[in-house]
Amino acid sequence: MLSTLYAVLFYVATILLVVGVTRKVIIYARTPAPLKIPVSPAPRTRAGVVMRMLREVLLFQSLFRSNKWIWAFGFLFHWSMLLVLLRHLRYFTEPVWWWVSLIQPFGIYAGFTMLAGLLGLLARRIVQERIRYISGPSDYLMLALLILIVLSGLAMRFVAPTDIVAVKAYMLGLLRFRILELPAAAPLLVHLASVAVLMIVFPISKLMHAPGLFFAPSRTQVDNAREFRHKTAWADQLPPLPDDIPARGES
Amino acid sequence: MAPLDKNDASGSSADKGAADASSPDPLEIPRLSCGAMADLHSFEAAPEHNELLGFPGELLPNWKEVAIAKMGELAEKNRAFRVYLDTCVKCGACTDKCHYFLGTGDPKNMPVARQDLLRSVYRRYFTFAGKYFPKLVGARDLTREVLDEWYTYYHQCSQCRRCAVSCPYGIDTAEISMAAREILDSVGVGQKYCNEIIGKVKKTGNNLGLNPKALRATLDDLEEDLLDDTGVEVKIPLDQKGAEILLITPSADFFAEPHIDGLLGYAKVFHSAGVSWTLSSYASEAANFGMFIGSYENMREVAWRIRQAAKDLGVRRIIFGECGHAWRVAYSFLNTLAGPFDFLDQNYPIPQHILEFTLDEIESGRLKIDKSKNDDYVMTFHDSCNVARGAAMGREEGGQFEVPRKVLRAVCNHYHDMDPDTIRENTFCCGGGGGLLTDDLMDLRIKGAKPRMNALRKATEEHGVTHMAAICAICKTQFSKVMPKYGYGMDRIMSVHQLVANAVILEKRETDAAEKPVAEEST
Repeated sequence: MLSTLYAVLFYVATILLVVGVTRKVIIYARTPAPLKIPVSPAPRTRAGVVMRMLREVLLFQSLFRSNKWIWAFGFLFHWSMLLVLLRHLRYFTEPVWWWVSLIQPFGIYAGFTMLAGLLGLLARRIVQERIRYISGPSDYLMLALLILIVLSGLAMRFVAPTDIVAVKAYMLGLLRFRILELPAAAPLLVHLASVAVLMIVFPISKLMHAPGLFFAPSRTQVDNAREFRHKTAWADQLPPLPDDIPARGES
Repeated sequence: MAPLDKNDASGSSADKGAADASSPDPLEIPRLSCGAMADLHSFEAAPEHNELLGFPGELLPNWKEVAIAKMGELAEKNRAFRVYLDTCVKCGACTDKCHYFLGTGDPKNMPVARQDLLRSVYRRYFTFAGKYFPKLVGARDLTREVLDEWYTYYHQCSQCRRCAVSCPYGIDTAEISMAAREILDSVGVGQKYCNEIIGKVKKTGNNLGLNPKALRATLDDLEEDLLDDTGVEVKIPLDQKGAEILLITPSADFFAEPHIDGLLGYAKVFHSAGVSWTLSSYASEAANFGMFIGSYENMREVAWRIRQAAKDLGVRRIIFGECGHAWRVAYSFLNTLAGPFDFLDQNYPIPQHILEFTLDEIESGRLKIDKSKNDDYVMTFHDSCNVARGAAMGREEGGQFEVPRKVLRAVCNHYHDMDPDTIRENTFCCGGGGGLLTDDLMDLRIKGAKPRMNALRKATEEHGVTHMAAICAICKTQFSKVMPKYGYGMDRIMSVHQLVANAVILEKRETDAAEKPVAEEST
């Protein structure tokens, strides 16, 4: 019963995540940017923009320059999360890929640094007057959800060890559309449920910052407006204006 | 909280704060002062001014439906608008970046809070979460109060993009602010200052409403002054067909101080370079307030006059005078709005900035300079926001910072930069940009100038800086008004080409005949 419930939950969550994000990304990609608005100084070439985006995505360059505290917590959280996510590949692959085994020990401890990053971000939200002012319920809930995911995950390893072999069998089963027995351990159930919630809210929440980042014209456009004429379909449809000067100097 | 705040601001500010306690900190963050600027409501436009721009004259009876429809239309037509409304995570990195927030402490002047005024409504009508869980995600209905709040706070944004530089997702409040003004205009609530001025450009070709005769008379006076000053016949041609260069400059250059001195500088540089050039009475304005109100159509119409003038006069090049947002429209948008410029000489950038031209003349040695003429001044340079973050110069990334500094260093012996966190891409708006250079917003303008003025004060204390140069008509007007409030004379703001004008050595040329105006009477 529980196994089936979670199986359905994960299938639904996966579909909503994939369809929702894909739909949004398609909308972003199809929406035209009528003008050249790169925030300058901006790269003059496409290759330069790729480098700029790599610095933004991998190093959080702009955030580093603008706020060291948020950068530190955010950087710690996101990179830890990446390690943790990659480590989790071991539950979906058999045999486990060699590089996933390699990062396994780091991935375990990344759970703690991820938690530290999240708590830091939460603390700033509460303590720092300006950020408290702009924070709404969903902002706190999102942090709470992530913290819950991390805590339940850590509990599965350090507090009440879960039968991880059975969990893996269950996950591999899901990938083959076979529902096996899911261990009925509380931390595991909380962990999986909260991850499913995160997947479901992803496309309808601020988590869209992840794909959205790649569609911000201020960062992704090449600074070459003088060399190449930037055009947009709807602007081309505007009624033409006269090329010569009509009644000159009348006022 | 205080120590956290101190370390908050970017990088080096913490150590600098400790280094000199007497110096005012340009990045000092105020405590929140809710509602501090809630009552500052810029004058609204009269019906005829709205209508001239293609907007309803007065608030429409069905304004709510129209506003929401307009919001949907913008989300379809402008990727920036849609993506920026979706991607903010409320990290807070931008909260201490706006000069109006730093100057007023009003939390709604924090960039993210300013965006949220509109984002909250967008969420309510266009997102799943906002439709079904409005409280959770801070979504709210569009009401008359909300509309008024938009008007108030979107006219307290100078669209300077300092927050966009700091945002990890590149969210540009200027785009949101322009969209908000476009929505307000579309329901019949326009701002007097911007809309009146755009109307004047449509009627007369410039923000001032100067007709060609009055303009020629002004230029005649300036030519006389130049002759008296230099003993050389330096011309300022108007509507001269067949000239090589069309100069598009802000109309403030014709009448305001220190703008005029900049215009005299351009004239001297052109004279010395021996090129033929002309102003146009039809396109006698570089400024394009269509950008400020986020109206693509109006911006295109104003920009189009430059194309018409260039074709009509048969020029081969277009050069822009010192104006910040005008240079953004020129550099980043003109090709899109009024191009293609296949009828111009492709060997030169289209358009070119006067500083690019002047620097070429200096570096090639054609322009003779006597730097000592500016020895009375210890200069610094105010990077204008639209040039710094919305445009560029030269071929290299960041040329918009180097070109003016190279010119200044070439014509002045004494030059010092201000605090590194307040220049280049981190520059502060003067406080009067984005369509806010109006007396009814004077309180905001004075407070918004505070970070820049504190940075200048620091440069004065550390390096003995006496004067500040700028390349924007709005910056120059704003500073000449607000500097006295911060203990500087109004003449402490200078045009970059004013300093060029001081230092340039003019040689009398025998063949001045070629430059005799021929097409003056064409009106």
